[in-house]
Amino acid sequence: MSDVNTAMVQKYRNDFLKEVEENVEEGHWVKMCMQCGVCSGSCPFGPHWDHPPQEIFMMIRAGKRDEVLTTESMWMCTSCYNCIVRCPRELPITHIMHGLANYAHRLGIAPKMNPTRRFAGIFWNNIAKTGRVNELALSLKLYFMDGFMSGIKKGLAMMSVGIGMIKTKRLNPFALISHKGVKNPKELHVLLKKAREIEDRRKGIAS
Amino acid sequence: MAKKEYSFYPGCSSERKASASNYMVSVEAMCEKLDIKLNEIPDWNCCGASIGYAEGGELPRHVMNARNIALSEQNNPGQDIVATCAACWLGAKETADRLDACEQLLADTKEVLQQAGLDIHLKNETPIRHMVEVLIEDIGYEGIKEPMVKPLEGIKFAGYVGCQTNRPFGVDGESFENPMYLDKMVETVGGEAITNYEKKVTCCGGALAFSEPEKSQKQIKEIIEAAYDQGADMIVTPCPVCQMNVEVYQDQINKHYGTKFHIPVTYYSQLLTVAYGGSAKEAGLNGNIIRAKRLEDIAAK
Repeated sequence: MSDVNTAMVQKYRNDFLKEVEENVEEGHWVKMCMQCGVCSGSCPFGPHWDHPPQEIFMMIRAGKRDEVLTTESMWMCTSCYNCIVRCPRELPITHIMHGLANYAHRLGIAPKMNPTRRFAGIFWNNIAKTGRVNELALSLKLYFMDGFMSGIKKGLAMMSVGIGMIKTKRLNPFALISHKGVKNPKELHVLLKKAREIEDRRKGIAS
Repeated sequence: MAKKEYSFYPGCSSERKASASNYMVSVEAMCEKLDIKLNEIPDWNCCGASIGYAEGGELPRHVMNARNIALSEQNNPGQDIVATCAACWLGAKETADRLDACEQLLADTKEVLQQAGLDIHLKNETPIRHMVEVLIEDIGYEGIKEPMVKPLEGIKFAGYVGCQTNRPFGVDGESFENPMYLDKMVETVGGEAITNYEKKVTCCGGALAFSEPEKSQKQIKEIIEAAYDQGADMIVTPCPVCQMNVEVYQDQINKHYGTKFHIPVTYYSQLLTVAYGGSAKEAGLNGNIIRAKRLEDIAAK
């Protein structure tokens, strides 16, 4: 993956703005930001961003490639869309943040241990496997992502929540065996593989 | 013959023994009373939800949603797509918007769907709507009131709209900062709406309740606290993620913050079902971990 990153650095040299415009979802909007800061002030997780959206936009224009792509900031986005509806320039900020996070992840330089990055991977693999969320598998994978002992500990901490969900028939304790997704998951796999190929081709990322 | 008919996208959380299965139970009962027929999109798949972007990227995510739209257009032609889940609604609608705006993306999506023989059907002219839009816009407040036999008198509801049943698309042209539709719905069926509920559109953390529990639980704590501040008997919401996050972590929040939260979190469809004379079971009230006793009492009357 780092080869892809090196290739991108060589391709765009010092023009990080152009790199973002050409490779990041909705990236062509970045230059429209007028630095008012409403997005940063509207974010529910705002205090947890090392660089809130307004700063990220300025950093992109200032060519601070490594700082932007390796920060945990974008991974704090809860997809609440507050920034989008309040932006006076109507930038699709939520989508740009998602796009930056995804791009950094694809280049292999997003923060390895960020819990949302790891959870997002588990989630996507979960839905891509059968076409529908397997909530039990999703929770277990998340709890056990740092190993067995840590998983047991987290599982115990969440035990009462899990039991409450099972008792009210909102969690299937047998879902690892009985979960059903779409009728033909293999066909869905073909679609998603093809979609990934096209996307990688358009963005010049060799998979 | 049913008065209104829609192509229905129930979504993963509404499946049997999934986290919002009781939402689904109450939606079915509510729609029956309102003479709304829901035709499930056959073989629908997950929308990718708000966390799908990080691994899924752009095109694979849009393909997931486009497949549902194509299946709907093929099997339920001419019918609006209706979702009950905020993320399902947002995901499908966002894809439809994006495919409309970008020819390249539409061409790529068609190329991919062709692998499943679905390409020719994707016209993408189908309106994609949330169930609350159907209620407000197609049925209307008068229509919502019509089947009422048991007004929810004496119950104070904090209407927690949350994020995605509000932003970025908006419902019924209402303000993003203070949408009134949920309060109006509560009042329509005889409940008391807390119209100055401070955390009405505050984010609960969404999917990050899993990956960033401490940060999310701080949000949830404030959402619950504001409901108590106004003397709410229970919280009502249109969103499965809001419902779960605000309900199931109350014990953990109590432990961490020394609070004594124990407030039911219900769905609008549960309120309507009870007001229409449905039983507690039909309203899915047995699916609430923190039981909505006062709604159960009305249902039992």
